[in-house]
Amino acid sequence: MTQTMIEASAIAMVLGEGAARVDALKDINLSLAGGELTLLMGPSGSGKTTLLSVLGCMLSPTGGSVQIRGRSTTGLNAEQLAQLRRDNVGFVFQSYHLFPTLTAAENVRLALDVRGERSPLARVKAEKALATVGLSHKAKAFPRALSGGEQQRVAVARAIVGDASVILADEPTAALDSENGQAVMTVLADIAKDPARAMFIVTHDPRIMPFADRILRIEDGRIVSDQRRGGANISAVRALKYAS
Amino acid sequence: MTLILTLASRNLFHDRVRLIATVVGIVFSIVLVTVQLGVFLSFERMVTTMIDHAQADFWIVPAETKSFEESSLLAGRERLQALSVDGVTAAIPVVVGYASWRKPNGGASTPVLVVGAPTGAAGLQPWNVMEGSADDLSMPDGVAIDRSYFEQLGIAQIRGRAEINNQKARVVAVTSGIRSFTTTPHVFASLERARTYLGVPPNRANYYIVRIAPNANAAVVRSRLAAGLSDAEVLTSEEFRHRTRVFWLFDTGAGAALLGSAILGIIVGTIIVAQTLYSSTKDHLKEFATLRAIGSSCRYILKVILAQALISAVVGFSIAAGIDLALVKMTADAALPIVMTPELTIGLFGLTVVMCAIAAIAAIRVVTRIDPVLVFAQ
Repeated sequence: MTQTMIEASAIAMVLGEGAARVDALKDINLSLAGGELTLLMGPSGSGKTTLLSVLGCMLSPTGGSVQIRGRSTTGLNAEQLAQLRRDNVGFVFQSYHLFPTLTAAENVRLALDVRGERSPLARVKAEKALATVGLSHKAKAFPRALSGGEQQRVAVARAIVGDASVILADEPTAALDSENGQAVMTVLADIAKDPARAMFIVTHDPRIMPFADRILRIEDGRIVSDQRRGGANISAVRALKYAS
Repeated sequence: MTLILTLASRNLFHDRVRLIATVVGIVFSIVLVTVQLGVFLSFERMVTTMIDHAQADFWIVPAETKSFEESSLLAGRERLQALSVDGVTAAIPVVVGYASWRKPNGGASTPVLVVGAPTGAAGLQPWNVMEGSADDLSMPDGVAIDRSYFEQLGIAQIRGRAEINNQKARVVAVTSGIRSFTTTPHVFASLERARTYLGVPPNRANYYIVRIAPNANAAVVRSRLAAGLSDAEVLTSEEFRHRTRVFWLFDTGAGAALLGSAILGIIVGTIIVAQTLYSSTKDHLKEFATLRAIGSSCRYILKVILAQALISAVVGFSIAAGIDLALVKMTADAALPIVMTPELTIGLFGLTVVMCAIAAIAAIRVVTRIDPVLVFAQ
């Protein structure tokens, strides 16, 4: 039986006040299970990134509650939320957000360093994470010497090195060409098979739909569809094939 | 090793132009502070040099005397009063006053400070005598001057002649390193010659240097000395030093000006470093937001910023210390040499670190308010 990593109940997010008020998220109920790759798709401004930020403990919702591995985020201050992130959440960003002055290995190790893991074992873990994304040979390379796809794979290694139970990815293939996008998604899909991890990817990119176990669609801050692999819609998109 | 130092140092060295601006700011500030404080220390030492070299247990000075150089005459009875106190072994008169030195080959006169004390007595004799001897001051018209003032006083060598207040003077001893903190040279003479030059009546003096027996109770002797004196005070050498320092350093405003310049240097340096650290932090805002997003604590980010400040401090201080050492060597023979002591060096390093830490406050304020959601902005 798979474990629920994130449980979001009746999430609401109101931004602004008065005439500028925007209901960014409305009554979102969602749970993410380990071993599952979930895509969140929707048009621009539909609330994808806001939901990602709430699930990633970067934003506190104005309504409802989020639980990460059973721990509620309600009432936690910024430092407590940061601790929850470093203990449970790995992020992959569209723009990679690697540190240009650190090597690939150091970028990966940074996720351990912020957790206070500085023993030689941390280096071993970083090397292992780089090996997982197929970049052992680039450990000493600086980001400027890496292709976009390689940089994103380093970012993936950084997200997984701390054994995060949830990997949240924001448009991980948006800045990549088909080949690199496929490579990154292959890595993410492999990682998502781990039952100890839930993978949640926000995307516009229909090419990555074949990798999904579950696809959520969001419009105007509401989840309008939630389909799992084997469902009719999923089967249809699988036929598209990624690179076609 | 933690990545904090790696990240901080690479952030700094990655942007060399900004690093140079930071280091120049620190170097400018620390060199300015060192020069001001070094001159302050030098000044502090030089104003008490006569007191430092006098062999005194106590000084009898005219009431309200502010400094060694600025004093009125004692009544003259103080010497016998002092000698009548049990435990006092000597009361040595010292005469001090400004006079006009006329160069032997004509030209403008120059002011000098004449210091007179009995020759051959422990009291106040010229020191570091390179040519002739202190005892030679007992020779007719004999005076001692420092070699560094030869040109200013129009003297080519020992046995040179001049006039002090229109009376003959002959250089019979030459010292080294007895420099005045003003442009007014010191001229040593015998007590009698000094009285003559300065028009001080016999048996009058500006000070009496009191020596006491080794087994005498200093506090008791001082109390008895003071009880018998009117219009005069009894000071220890340390008290006289302190009074002289306070007068020259603060009553005249000279020390305050030096300290003011030093403080200004600190402020300017802090602002320059703060500005560069702040702009560096602003440039790396997305990286700090990423750190926050991946779960780093505020403390971790603060350490990165403080490490940047500390590295800047070490680099800046190292360069500044090198420049300071060169300045110390260059000014060693100057009228007011820059003095560097181990305490000053350690203090300056501490000051540099504190300055850079304070300079980091603006940058720290930025990162503590950083919103990790910034990582999603394109």
